[in-house]
Amino acid sequence: MTAILGGLIIGFSVSLMLLYNGKITGVSGFLGGLLKKETMRDPVRIFFILGLFSGGLALRFFYSEAFLLPNEEAPIDYVIAGLLVGFGTRLGNGCTSGHGVCGISRLSRRSIVSTLTFIAFGVLSYFLYKTFRGGL
Amino acid sequence: MKGVVAFLVGLTFALGLGISGMTRPDIVQGFLDVFGSWDPRLLGVMAGAIGLHLITYRLITKRPSPIYDSVFHLPSKEFLDKKLILGAVVFGLGWGWAGICPGPGIVGLASGKSPFIIFVISMLVGMKIYQIFARSVLNEK
Repeated sequence: MTAILGGLIIGFSVSLMLLYNGKITGVSGFLGGLLKKETMRDPVRIFFILGLFSGGLALRFFYSEAFLLPNEEAPIDYVIAGLLVGFGTRLGNGCTSGHGVCGISRLSRRSIVSTLTFIAFGVLSYFLYKTFRGGL
Repeated sequence: MKGVVAFLVGLTFALGLGISGMTRPDIVQGFLDVFGSWDPRLLGVMAGAIGLHLITYRLITKRPSPIYDSVFHLPSKEFLDKKLILGAVVFGLGWGWAGICPGPGIVGLASGKSPFIIFVISMLVGMKIYQIFARSVLNEK
């Protein structure tokens, strides 16, 4: 199944980050650091984000199904979602990668609680979205 | 060398997200749609990633240090606090609304499709708003 295979690739990549650089792979944390003067020149953050983007380019040209958008929402929905995701991940110190993958693997209590919380509120949010904005 | 590793990690991470369908908001929202037609794929991705990293984390941290650094930089906080919970609540609300989280957002930028572009710009604005809020209201550095 491609889901598990993709998951293994993700598990492998965060393991490389830990083995070589000794860091947790947290996308929101790396991004947030690039918006701060003290850490904006950190090569690990810069090159990690560039790598993510380059992987995106590879997908675009060799596996464009990765970006199918069957249920395009209105631009305002992406604005609302983006603002909440940006603010929330910095306030809560992490997202699906840092808390969800790396934190749970470390059996961190904070990350387990965070992940259960954002999944629960993700379920609620999508339910509200479907009810009030149409959804799928 | 740290930068080279970080680039390769970002690249493989993106491919993992793409192959597993996590760059598609409909598949992510399908997982959150527990009251409708539930799509288990996100759970499969988490199982694969966590299953492997549970083991590699233990093996790697047995080393005295990482290869290109003198120490491991791991979070030391253990206490649950309001910020952690509230942050997860706000993040979850945004995540469910559009089906995109930070990783797939950046990867999706490369597709050139407007939903990803609008999402990422708004997310960066949201992060910046948090920084200003943290500095002025929470008195953090």
